[in-house]
Amino acid sequence: MDFTTGFFYLFAAVLLFAAFRVVTSRNAVHAVLYLMLSFSQAAALWLLLKAEFLGITLVLVYLGAVMVLFLFVVMMLDINIETLRRGFWHHFPLAAILGLVVAGELIAVLWAGFPTIATNVPAVAPDVSNTGELGKLLYSAYLYPIQVAGFILLVAMIAAIALTLRQRKDSKAINPGDQVHVRARDRLVVVPMAATKPAPVAVPQNAEEGKA
Amino acid sequence: MSSLSLGHFLSVGAILFAISVVGIFLNRKNLIVLLMAIELMLLAVNMNFVAFSHYLGDLHGQVFVFFILTVAAAESAIGLAILVLLFRNKSSISVEELNTLKG
Repeated sequence: MDFTTGFFYLFAAVLLFAAFRVVTSRNAVHAVLYLMLSFSQAAALWLLLKAEFLGITLVLVYLGAVMVLFLFVVMMLDINIETLRRGFWHHFPLAAILGLVVAGELIAVLWAGFPTIATNVPAVAPDVSNTGELGKLLYSAYLYPIQVAGFILLVAMIAAIALTLRQRKDSKAINPGDQVHVRARDRLVVVPMAATKPAPVAVPQNAEEGKA
Repeated sequence: MSSLSLGHFLSVGAILFAISVVGIFLNRKNLIVLLMAIELMLLAVNMNFVAFSHYLGDLHGQVFVFFILTVAAAESAIGLAILVLLFRNKSSISVEELNTLKG
């Protein structure tokens, strides 16, 4: 058992423990933090698989951006967790059996289906950069899909802004279009009045004093 | 990488996928944990892609992981925006209260 194997078991154990804590933890903030731990362990496993660019991307994009977004949302919402977790441990045994069945079947199929690939690791020249090779592939064969991916991100950004943007009710800002299209008779009203007024009737003094 | 085979990494992915299935089953009322379980599922799928890409010596699998990461980021951004909107209108994120479309 060499160093790589030991690190594989370490990262895999921490990854699976963190994933388990994500789905069972009582506090949503703890769940997000455990999710960050599991993503970092996955990035380490990808580094073991010599996928350096994707490992670093996972750390930068997921731990740096997406998980911070999750944390913001979780901390912004005032969630009553107890009503959401009612019946959690009641359903746990059935869910555990279900999970064991799913995992066992998947592992059985995968171990039986791919037995010969284990020794077929191609030798990679030490001067070949994973990032460089990936970049060549992305910008030649996958040029059109990467444009589509960028467009998906643009649509997601516009959708997120459009969904959460709201007009403040106490804002005194004025729409410039309305200001430009205003006409003089909307603002200024000429009231016809008589040129002379009759003299005002004298107010009785004792009525004012009675009020005071 | 002598004693490690493709099956080791695929097993990690399978167990991760099973854990997130259990998470969706258990936390089906809590929308935010549902989103996190979906992220874990996508991570399990990505793990399989990277493992196959390494052991088959084919870089196209890693390109596919790149696109999955893009779509997952877009999905979580829109999902969280919908979640914020939902909490603003209903003051709750319980899935059970989302029954206004019930006939």
